[in-house]
Amino acid sequence: MSDQFEPRLIGFLCRWCSYNGADLAGTSRMKYPPNLVPIKTNCSGRVDPTHIFKAFAEGADGVLIAGCHPGDCHYINGNYRTAGRFPLMKKMLEQLGLEPGRVRLEWVSAAEGDKFARVVTEFTEEIRALGPLGWRTQTDVDPAQAGSAASDRVEEAVPA
Amino acid sequence: MSDKFKFAMYWAGSCGGCEIAVLEIKDKILEVDANYDVVFWPVAADFKYKDVEGYDDGFIDVCLFNGCIRNSENEYVANLLRKKSKVLVAFGACATMGGIPGLANEATAQQLKDLVYRDNPSVDNPEGIYPQEKYEVPEGELELPHLYDTVKTLDQCVDVDYYVPGCPPEAHQIGAVLDAVTAALKGEAELPPKGAVVGAAPKTCCDECKRVKEEKKISGFRRMWEFFPDPEKCLLEQGVMCMGPATRAGCGARCTNVGMACRGCYGPPDGVVDQGAKMLSTLASIVDAPTPEEIAEIAGTLPDPVGTFYRFGLASSLLRRAKV
Repeated sequence: MSDQFEPRLIGFLCRWCSYNGADLAGTSRMKYPPNLVPIKTNCSGRVDPTHIFKAFAEGADGVLIAGCHPGDCHYINGNYRTAGRFPLMKKMLEQLGLEPGRVRLEWVSAAEGDKFARVVTEFTEEIRALGPLGWRTQTDVDPAQAGSAASDRVEEAVPA
Repeated sequence: MSDKFKFAMYWAGSCGGCEIAVLEIKDKILEVDANYDVVFWPVAADFKYKDVEGYDDGFIDVCLFNGCIRNSENEYVANLLRKKSKVLVAFGACATMGGIPGLANEATAQQLKDLVYRDNPSVDNPEGIYPQEKYEVPEGELELPHLYDTVKTLDQCVDVDYYVPGCPPEAHQIGAVLDAVTAALKGEAELPPKGAVVGAAPKTCCDECKRVKEEKKISGFRRMWEFFPDPEKCLLEQGVMCMGPATRAGCGARCTNVGMACRGCYGPPDGVVDQGAKMLSTLASIVDAPTPEEIAEIAGTLPDPVGTFYRFGLASSLLRRAKV
C-alpha cells in the first residue's frame, strides 16, 4: 500500500442510464479506480440536496450525481430538476467554503461504459489533488472540547 | 418556599425577544404565577448562578431555555439547568436550531472579531484593542466567556425534552405549552412524548397561509421593495423568496397573510431533516426555463442562498457550518 490519499467518493447513479453505464463498464472489464461507492437511485431527480449534504457531513470527500442525458429521462423531466438544482446547490456549498470540484454532475447513458470509467477516473484524481475534506472533524473540534470542560465545571460547582 | 411548581427561564445567545413573547401571553401570566414560583429568570427576577448551583438536582419543574450556545458561559448554564430541571424546553428558534446567531457559523470567531474590532469602515481602533478573555485589574482577574467558533443548538449540547420553535414562539402556542406542562405536573394529563415539537403543527406554513396557490412557475426573483405584490396570490408564485414550503406551520402564517414572505423561523416540518436543502429543492423545481443553463442563470440571481435558506437553521443543518 502506498501512502497516497485515497478519496472516499459517493456516486448517486440513476437506475435507467448511469447505473447501467457503470454495469457496462464492469462487464466490459474497463479499469477505473475503486474509490466511488455507487448508490442506485430511481432518477437523478430523486437525489435531494439533503442526500448530498449528508454525504459530505458523514465524511465523503466528493459526490458524483449521474443521470440520463437531457431529453432521455425515463420520467420525462427528472434530470431537468437535477440540472436546475445543481447550480444553486453548488453556489450554496461554495458559500460554505467547499471547493466547487467536490461535487460533480454528469450525464452517462447505459451505452457509455467508457464515459463512466473516464468520469470516475478523472473525479478520483481531482479529489485526490484537493485532499481530504473531513467535514465532521472540522465542525466538532472547538466546541466539543470546550463542552466537556463546561460539564466538568458543573460537576465541580454542584456537590453531588 | 411555597409548594408551587418551580419555573425557570434563561437566555443564552439570543436577543431577548423570547422573554417578551412570554409576556405576550397577557393575563395568562397570572395563571403561571398562581401555579409556579420563579426560581431563576435573569430578565425578570434577581437570582444568581450560585443560587441555581445550590438547588437539588431536578428541583426546577420546567425550564424554558432560549438562545443558542455561543460561548462557554452559555454552555455552562445549559449543563447546569439540565441537571437542575425535570423538563428542559428548547424555546424559540435559537435554542431549537441556532437561529439568527447561527449564521455566525459562516465565519470563525476570529474573523468575526476582526470585522467588529478592526475591519468595519466605521471602526476607529488604531491600537488594535481586542476584547481579552482574562484581564488583570487591581481588584483581581476579570474573566470573559470564551467565544466559540461554532454556534450550537441546545440539543447539540445537552439532552432536551421538548422543542418550541419560532422567532419568537407565538403567544397562543406558549400558552398551550404552559397549560400542557401544568396539567401534566398536576397529574391531570400525560406529558407529550420526549423530543416532541410542541406548540406547532406537523405540516408546512403554506397549509395555514390564506393566499391562493396555483401551479408554481417563476421566471425570476423579486424583492418586496421592487413591486406591489398581489394581495391574494401566493408570494412564491410572484417571485418572492418565501420559505413557506419548507417551514413548519403553527404561527398561523402571520407574515404571509400581511404580505411579508415567510423567513422560516419555525424550522423544518415533520419528516424533513434539513430545511435549506428542501427549500433549494423546491425552488429549483419551480423555476420555469427550457434549458439547464437558463435555469442556472435564474437561480444565480438569488444573492445569498445560505443566508436565505438557513436564516434560522444553519447551526442545526446537516453541514452545520462553513469550512474553516
